[in-house]
Amino acid sequence: MSVVVSTENLSKAYKAGFWKTKTISALDRLNLEVRENEIFGYLGPNGAGKSTTLKLLMSLIHPSSGKAEILGKPVADLSIRRHIGYLPENPYFYEYLSAEEFLSYYASLFDFSLAEIRTKVEYFLKLTDISHARKLQLHKFSKGMLQRVGIAQALINDPKIVFLDEPMSGLDPIGRREVRDLILLLKKEGKTVFFSTHILNDVEVLCDKVAVLNRGKLIGSGHLTDLISQEVSHIEIVVSNINFETVSQAVGSSAKISHSGMTLRLELRADTPLAPLVTRIENAAGKVLAINPVRQTMEDYFFKLINRDAIPEGKPSIVSTNNS
Amino acid sequence: MIVIPIAKNTFKECVRDKVLYNLVIFGVLIIASSLVLSSITIGEVKQIIVNLGLSTLSVFGTLIAIFIGIQLVFKEIDKKTIYSLLAKPVARHEFILGKYFGLTLTLLVNILVMLLGIYISIFYLRHSFQLADLQILLAAMLILIELMLVIAIALFFSTFSTPVFSALFAFCLYVIGHFSSDIRQYGLSSDSFAIKILSGCLYYLLPNFQNFEIISQTAHGQFLATRLYLLSVLYGLVYSAGLVLLAILVFQRRNFK
Repeated sequence: MSVVVSTENLSKAYKAGFWKTKTISALDRLNLEVRENEIFGYLGPNGAGKSTTLKLLMSLIHPSSGKAEILGKPVADLSIRRHIGYLPENPYFYEYLSAEEFLSYYASLFDFSLAEIRTKVEYFLKLTDISHARKLQLHKFSKGMLQRVGIAQALINDPKIVFLDEPMSGLDPIGRREVRDLILLLKKEGKTVFFSTHILNDVEVLCDKVAVLNRGKLIGSGHLTDLISQEVSHIEIVVSNINFETVSQAVGSSAKISHSGMTLRLELRADTPLAPLVTRIENAAGKVLAINPVRQTMEDYFFKLINRDAIPEGKPSIVSTNNS
Repeated sequence: MIVIPIAKNTFKECVRDKVLYNLVIFGVLIIASSLVLSSITIGEVKQIIVNLGLSTLSVFGTLIAIFIGIQLVFKEIDKKTIYSLLAKPVARHEFILGKYFGLTLTLLVNILVMLLGIYISIFYLRHSFQLADLQILLAAMLILIELMLVIAIALFFSTFSTPVFSALFAFCLYVIGHFSSDIRQYGLSSDSFAIKILSGCLYYLLPNFQNFEIISQTAHGQFLATRLYLLSVLYGLVYSAGLVLLAILVFQRRNFK
C-alpha cells in the first residue's frame, strides 16, 4: 500500500513573550508515514502537539522546518484539498446557517453541480442522522449534533483521506459508538483515516497503526499488533461471599487482593495453577464470579511510553488527560 | 470561482446579523422628511431630500464598512470557523476576496434600497422625474466606491489586529483622509523642510477621501465633470485593490493557532 501522508523532520516553534524572544517548541522533528486504507491513531496527552500536527497538515500553520506531504504533494498544494476531509477539534461553524445551508455552502467550494450538491447534502444529513434538524440554525445545536455536522462537512467531497481531530470528544456513549462505526465504514470504503485522540480504548478497537506523541516529540509508533503483547501478563479473579482474611489464607501470598465494591479482586501471576486455588476458595464458601486472563493493553503501552518520557522534576501531563 | 460562495455567505451573515436593519431607520427618516417638507417649494425640497438621503446613505455605509469590515477576518479566526474552511480547496487570497466582495455586495444592496427611497420621495414631492435626477445615482455609485475603500482599510487592519484597534486605525484614516489637502496646504506653508516632506508623503500615501465629496454638488443639481468623476472612481478602485493586496500578503503569512 502506498504512503499517503508523510512528514520529514516536521517542526513548529512559536515565539513567545512580550519581545518574542522566547521560543516554544510545539512539534519537534516529527517523522511519520501513513499508508493507504489504514486507520492511523495519533495519541498523546493534552498539549502534546497532536492538533499542531493536524494544522500543519492542513496548512493552517506554516512549519518552522521540515516538510509534510499528502498524496505525494506538499501540504501547501491546493489540489490535495479536493481529496481530503478535516474535522477540527471542538468544531465551530457558522452559527447563523442551518445544517442544510452549511453543508451546501461547503459542498459549493468543490466543483459540484447544483444537483450533485443537493444529493450530497441529503446523503450526509441522513448518514450523520441530522436530517430532522436540517432547517435548524447551528447555534441551536448540541455539542454532539455539531460534531455530527462536523463529520458530515469533512466527508462532503468523498475524500480519500479523512483527518479527525478528537472526533469522540464531547460525545455520549451512543455518539462515540456511531463515530467508531463510521470510521470502520470509511476504512471499508477504502479511505484512510488519520485521527487524533487520547481515548485509548478507541485506538485499541479501531486502529491498524498508532503513533504516540508527548511534549511535541514522537515517542513511539508502529502496528497495533506489534505494540501490544498478545501474551497474558497476569490473571484476574473476581470472588464474592468471602471475606478478605479467608481469601488471604486460601490463596496465600501469591496474589494481590483488593476490594472492588461487594467483591474481592485477586491478581495472580500468569503461571499460577488455577484449579487448586478455585477449589480452596469454594471450600471456604466463596463464589468465583470471573476468571480473566489479562493481556497488555494500549493503556499499558501508552503509560509505559509516557512515564519513560516524563521529566523527573515535572509532573507528567498524562494525569489530567486520561480522565477526559 | 470559490470567491462567489464565500462572498454569498458573507452577505448572508450580514443580513442575518441584521446589518440591513439600518434601512428601517433610513426609511423612517426619508418618509418623515418628505411629509414635513411637502409644504416647502419644489426646488428646495429636492435639494434637502438629496442632501439628507445621500448623507444618511454615506454615514450608515461608512459605519457598516468600518464596524463589519474590521470583523470580517477576525471573527472567522476568533470563532475558529476558518479551520474547516481553509481545509477545503480555498486559497487564502480567495478567502480575502470573498469576504471583501461579500461586504461590498451588502453595501451595494443597502445603497440601492436607499436610492429607491430617495427617488420615491422625490417623485412623491414633485410627481415627475428629470434627467438631472440621474446624478443622484452617479453620486451614490461614487459613494459606493468610497465605501469599498473604507472596507479595504478595515479589512487590511482586520488581518492582523484586534477589532478595537482595527476600528480605531480605520476611523483615524477615514477622518484624516477627509483633510488630506489641508495637511498638504499646511506643509506647503511651513518653513520647515521636514514638515514639507512629511506632509507631502502623507498627502500621497494616505487615502484622499475628498475625491469622493459629491453630495453637496449633487444636491445643488451640478454634474461632476466626467473626467474628474472617472478619475475619482479609478483612484478609489486602485487604492482599494492595493489595500486588499496588502491584506492578502499579511493573511498568507498568518498561522491559525
